[in-house]
Amino acid sequence: MAITVSIPTILRTHTGGQKSVEASGGTLAEVIEDLETNHGGLKARLVKEGSLHRFVNVYVNDEDVRFSGGLEAAVKDGDTVTILPAVAGG
Amino acid sequence: MLVIRRDLVDAMVAHARRDHPDEACGIVAGPEGSDRPERFVPMENAERSPTFYRFDSGEQLRVWRQMDAADEVPVVVYHSHTATEAYPSRTDVSYAAEPDAHYVLVSTRDPREHELRSYRIVDGVVTEEPVEVVESYMFSHTGSDDTPDRS
Repeated sequence: MAITVSIPTILRTHTGGQKSVEASGGTLAEVIEDLETNHGGLKARLVKEGSLHRFVNVYVNDEDVRFSGGLEAAVKDGDTVTILPAVAGG
Repeated sequence: MLVIRRDLVDAMVAHARRDHPDEACGIVAGPEGSDRPERFVPMENAERSPTFYRFDSGEQLRVWRQMDAADEVPVVVYHSHTATEAYPSRTDVSYAAEPDAHYVLVSTRDPREHELRSYRIVDGVVTEEPVEVVESYMFSHTGSDDTPDRS
């Protein structure tokens, strides 16, 4: 079993157009490192200066990781990580 | 060009008026690849602010999953400006992440007359586009002698 990562349209250039990819890791940070080895460029779109970029929302299952530890949020096999662009502005 | 039904325009404007002086926001979903806005989805502005908006992240996840399951995309992403013109702010441009979406801005600064304009925002470049308001998609962009398909 692995972790399923759902990729938004805007980031699919890094996954060869795939809507979802598999990854492994015990924390969100490890999952992102693993993603980066197979899909170079993703990490820079998700992480800035050691924390999650404000332009993205990342969920483990149904939980926004901003409320559950950010990059240190726990992830286990079978979980789904969903990445969505934050919709915001002024 | 954005072609959009009048009832959807009315719904966006009514939402913007209702939440004034805070910014209102939401989407109009439509079938993937159709460029046709069909399903009006007003969203919570988690910021509840007259100068900023952000979709509530939990609500956004639910709405995005519904769209995924129905093969829909956010054809229109709208929000209001309550004290300035209906033109994307620098913050709007920095967050714009849907190159295929029509970004609709509604200004409610004039209590009598609203302003509604539409833009493409791709790689930080804003391009305004015309808005055609139609009563029904069935008759838009068809010649005078066209007849609608039988359903």
